[in-house]
Amino acid sequence: MTTIAAVTDDIDNPYALSHLDALESEAVHIFREVAGEFERPVILFSGGKDSIVMLHLALKAFAPAAVPFSLLHVDTGHNFPEVLDYRDRAVERHGLRLHVASVQDFIDRGELRERPDGTRNPLQTVPLLDAIEKGRFDAVFGGGRRDEEKARAKERVFSLRDEFGGWDPRRQRPELWQLYNGKHSPGEHVRVFPLSNWTELDVWQYIAREKIELPAIYYAHEREVFARNGMWLAPGEWGGPKDGESLERRQVRYRTVGDMSCTGAVDSDADTIEAVITEIAASRLTERGATRADDKMSEAAMEDRKREGYF
Amino acid sequence: MSTSNAVEDIVDAGATSLLRFATAGSVDDGKSTLVGRLLHDSKSVLTDQLEAVERASLGRGQEAPDLALLTDGLRAEREQGITIDVAYRYFATPRRRFILADTPGHVQYTRNMVTGASTAELAVVLVDARNGVVEQTRRHAAVAALLRVPHVVLAVNKMDLVDYAEPVFAAIAEEFTTYAASLGVPEITAIPISALAGDNVVAPSANMDWYGGPTVLEHLETVPVVADPSDDPGRFPVQYVIRPQTAEHPDYRGYAGQIASGVLRVGDPVTVLPSGRTSTIEAIDALGQAVDVAWAPQSVTVRLTDDLDISRGDLIAPTATAPGVSQDIEATICHVADRPLTVGQRVLLKHTTRTVKAIVKDIPSRLTLDDLSQHPAPGELAANDIGRIVVRTAEPLALDAYADSRRTGSFLLIDPADGTTLTAGMAGTAFAEAAAEAAPAASADDEGWDF
Repeated sequence: MTTIAAVTDDIDNPYALSHLDALESEAVHIFREVAGEFERPVILFSGGKDSIVMLHLALKAFAPAAVPFSLLHVDTGHNFPEVLDYRDRAVERHGLRLHVASVQDFIDRGELRERPDGTRNPLQTVPLLDAIEKGRFDAVFGGGRRDEEKARAKERVFSLRDEFGGWDPRRQRPELWQLYNGKHSPGEHVRVFPLSNWTELDVWQYIAREKIELPAIYYAHEREVFARNGMWLAPGEWGGPKDGESLERRQVRYRTVGDMSCTGAVDSDADTIEAVITEIAASRLTERGATRADDKMSEAAMEDRKREGYF
Repeated sequence: MSTSNAVEDIVDAGATSLLRFATAGSVDDGKSTLVGRLLHDSKSVLTDQLEAVERASLGRGQEAPDLALLTDGLRAEREQGITIDVAYRYFATPRRRFILADTPGHVQYTRNMVTGASTAELAVVLVDARNGVVEQTRRHAAVAALLRVPHVVLAVNKMDLVDYAEPVFAAIAEEFTTYAASLGVPEITAIPISALAGDNVVAPSANMDWYGGPTVLEHLETVPVVADPSDDPGRFPVQYVIRPQTAEHPDYRGYAGQIASGVLRVGDPVTVLPSGRTSTIEAIDALGQAVDVAWAPQSVTVRLTDDLDISRGDLIAPTATAPGVSQDIEATICHVADRPLTVGQRVLLKHTTRTVKAIVKDIPSRLTLDDLSQHPAPGELAANDIGRIVVRTAEPLALDAYADSRRTGSFLLIDPADGTTLTAGMAGTAFAEAAAEAAPAASADDEGWDF
């Protein structure tokens, strides 16, 4: 009875789906489940590549009808201008509705305090939860992927959040087959991650296949940067460079796009999508390890932030 | 991963297949080491991840990097050195991409193994060569059989501690294969390994030249995962009705969903369940492209020639192979909630895209996974219990046997009060037909094998 499996190439099978088709089909199924089961879903949209892919998938899932969700951007006030520009053009082009939750407004009203290190990424949680409550959103799509980080590797596709927006990894619902359970009590909401099973490389291969436009900063360009904690940061009103940090002009690109104070650029001459894919396939660093300062704060930085309501 | 510059390679890389698999093993069988070894030796662990593991290992006074820290992602897991919840890992070789559901081995986390196995096409069951097949091994084999995971790999680990002796491996492989085959596991591949030393995980072992089979990774790369969907009846649960009502598409009415099984073709006469109305497939739209044929698991939009009343939760199936409908369901379940499931309990039942009210009419038996004996009329099922139930639903459902379709034969029971997922349900008999003949007599007073 012990068998040695015959070597067969699935590609020869006329019914084989490529891994990108399988991931796309699964993500579309997730979008449609949410549309079918929730009253007020919203897509978190930052203008980063993962949220851009999410929007692209949502457009395909409901075509030729419009996407039945609005967008929500948590604006740290320290965004790359190219990304805000992309965001506004996307909203315009697809006739979508955009909600903006502004970290700056919370600081101006004294409801949040600037951190000594100038990083606003962890400050996003309060405006996010406030926007979810005020908008009465019951499902919130995030572009989080399980390959990004070890706490995210534990995340469900449908992730129930309590009335404080908190994630309790020990009390997650088992998630069986493709039967996603979106039931929740009033005040609770569900975070939904249609890209859970995608890797960074999958996202880029899909962007290439579908010819999706991205903000230009994802491709190699010359930029003034300065070194801090082993990363190349872009100068800005957010508070860099400080004394002792000096600007230099380098050929760089971004692997992730977030708050300018904690999103680093990488040295790169990859100025086309093929070059980017080749570079990522050969890279010995993860995306977040290379370019995100906030994940380096402690061994469980992401788990701790997610417990508080971060996405 | 390819490091070539060629654009064709990039396109090719997008065309590789995807294998979802799960690992199961007891606490000290070396499962985390195997997973760590698989990721590490296939060069899927990147420098910063390894550095983080080295830092953390040093920080707690360990000399060598503890590869288990790669997979144990929660504070509580690292503190206790055990895996509590399923973690999903991703890695790739030039031949295939992999999604690994790394599931806990503890008895108390059976529900998490069920979670991992529910979407897996292959399960790796780990055994310590010194201990052989133990209770926990039988439990893992039973869960894999219950969930009908198509391929099972028995990884006989720690071969370095039994002098790489073939007879030790052969005896364990035979005992396991006989047991798993009796449960109806269709394909079993046994591989002797040492996860710690790296024998037969990614590279063939120089210490076991008597073994002529594949390494674990080779097997994962080559096991066929695409069944022929034209063998299965077409099943299309309607997820969402797309009606643009725009000037450009004033009359468009499309039924969106993911094909659960089989093949759909333009021109197929179809029946809509539970209403029983019939029509014909007029068009199939595969995410932006009109096609003549589509198959599971593609997400598509279907249009019919007649304007019928069809909404989310209905099932469209080719008339020739349409399933029957019923309000009385017999099933094997794994109870996944902390509060028990009792006779008379009112629940919600989610089957494909349809959620209906239901009541638990009977709990005829509970299965003891250790020896597969049945406990009759247990009255209730507690967390991690596996048992038989009879459910009556408020509306008819078009349900297949789980043996015929993991997608249209599975369901959840949900607590209507707070939405808690209570139970994973599998319609029909639990184990394959082979089990009925080959099953060992569990205990003298058992009526027989009806699981």
